[in-house]
Amino acid sequence: MTGQPSDVEHLLRELAPQVLGTVVRRFRDFAASEDAVQESLLAAAIQWPREGLPDNPLAWLTQVAFRRMVDQIRSESARRRREYETALEASRTSESVVAEPGPREDDTLVVLFMCCHPALTQSSAIALTLRAVGGLTTAEIAHAFLVPEATMAQRISRAKQSIKSSGIPFQLPTGQERAQRLRAVLHVLYLIFNEGYTSSTGPNLRRDDLSHEAIRLTRIVHKLQPDDPEVAGLLALMLLTDARRPARTRAGGELIPLAQQDRALWDKQQIAEGVALISAALPKGSVGLYQLQAAIAAVHDEAARAEDTDWPQILALYDLLRRMSANPMVALNYAVAAAMVHGPAKGLELLDELQADARLAGHHRLDAVRGHLLELTGDRKEAARHYRAAAGKTGSLPERNYLLAQAARLSSELQPMSERE
Amino acid sequence: MKYILMMTGTKADFDWYAKWPKKDLEAQFAFMHDFNKDLKDSGRLVAAEGLAFPDQAKIVRAGKDGEPITDGVFPESKEFLAGYWIVDVESAEEAYRIAARASAAPHPPRRGQLGTQENQPIEVRQVMSGPPEELLR
Repeated sequence: MTGQPSDVEHLLRELAPQVLGTVVRRFRDFAASEDAVQESLLAAAIQWPREGLPDNPLAWLTQVAFRRMVDQIRSESARRRREYETALEASRTSESVVAEPGPREDDTLVVLFMCCHPALTQSSAIALTLRAVGGLTTAEIAHAFLVPEATMAQRISRAKQSIKSSGIPFQLPTGQERAQRLRAVLHVLYLIFNEGYTSSTGPNLRRDDLSHEAIRLTRIVHKLQPDDPEVAGLLALMLLTDARRPARTRAGGELIPLAQQDRALWDKQQIAEGVALISAALPKGSVGLYQLQAAIAAVHDEAARAEDTDWPQILALYDLLRRMSANPMVALNYAVAAAMVHGPAKGLELLDELQADARLAGHHRLDAVRGHLLELTGDRKEAARHYRAAAGKTGSLPERNYLLAQAARLSSELQPMSERE
Repeated sequence: MKYILMMTGTKADFDWYAKWPKKDLEAQFAFMHDFNKDLKDSGRLVAAEGLAFPDQAKIVRAGKDGEPITDGVFPESKEFLAGYWIVDVESAEEAYRIAARASAAPHPPRRGQLGTQENQPIEVRQVMSGPPEELLR
């Protein structure tokens, strides 16, 4: 994923899940169909820029994928005669693809539901979603996750194997199951976004493409499920978070905390879109975790200066969020918001309660937040000690650099001038 | 999350390894082959390398003019890296399980501990990642 995808690539990614839906409905075999679609996408990526777009790109891709399926099935032994006959029939009718009822809109959703099935591990679901729904190549996905292509290929093939052995039918789940499965889809999209948002960017690496890809896919789900407020909430959360990206790091990659970011760099258009989405979703009365997080992001994004932030509202939103979520990070953020509203002593009091939470034991964010609140109380020495403790525990290099810099700043302020080097 | 699994040993450990009987070496080669293949097939392997024996190992420092000054004299107790794996997993516990499997690689009884089956220690460390989600400050 280097550089901007071309128009052809955009089109291919858009069409990928629709083609896959049609092929799977015809041949049933999800794993083989996915391979066939991938090959047809590759053929198009080579051919179209050279020879121009076909009249009906969707039909073109579908036909190539159909033929690939037929070739593959033909080459298998006679013990699979039944499939062979189905294939022959398909090959006879494949010329009429254009005349067939086109792919169903829901196909993209069904493919997403399959790729994000709870039977898969998270990393497999992420990889398969990017390939089957996102239309990315294995090489592109491997590149984005900084693993060898062979490793990613195995991850994808195991994911497809799991789908095969679980016997999940290619259809939309209904009722309660549908709601649960949609949550799983949203979670995978959220993870893809985070992977892009939280990863470093090195030379020739554009991992933020993962965030854009997550936003694109969530837009598709939102279009298919416009009345689901959590889908709208997730899309809003992504837009409102991604809007701050240009202000989040210095040129050298150093982190800039929210309060110190140059808000002029924030993407106003994305903020407006995110705010509109969340404002429309919240009154629907089915408030969920993504909507609340989006609402919090919106309050931050709407403050012209850090000191204008409506902390009482953020505190109220985190209060709702912590009632709905057992995530200890939410409780930690609640403590930060409480400190901003009621003073650092209140925040430290809440941290003491969290200290006993086994899920947070030894977590660097607990030390980092304590360091910050202690600094606000004026206890610089203890603040520096906690920043250093946090630095020793974090797995993120930019965050470690940030925490060490905080500790160093406080320590140098502590020393009389004569003792400084 | 990526973790590095490091196998280390002292000079004495390497000397011991160099004298393993053929059948023990073969058992170990077969084990490593299967272990690496499983890591690759399960979509977890990022990288794996074995290093040359430490006989020619040097510690290099730059001198005043930036020229390399090498030192090859090491205390007996120095631990040398023998090889490493980098794995991409979903939790630290998963990395520990993989490390435990590497630790249980077959080996002949250790010198001076005839009959005991002390397993190879594997050092597990997280590979640093990019920035976190968001710093509230």
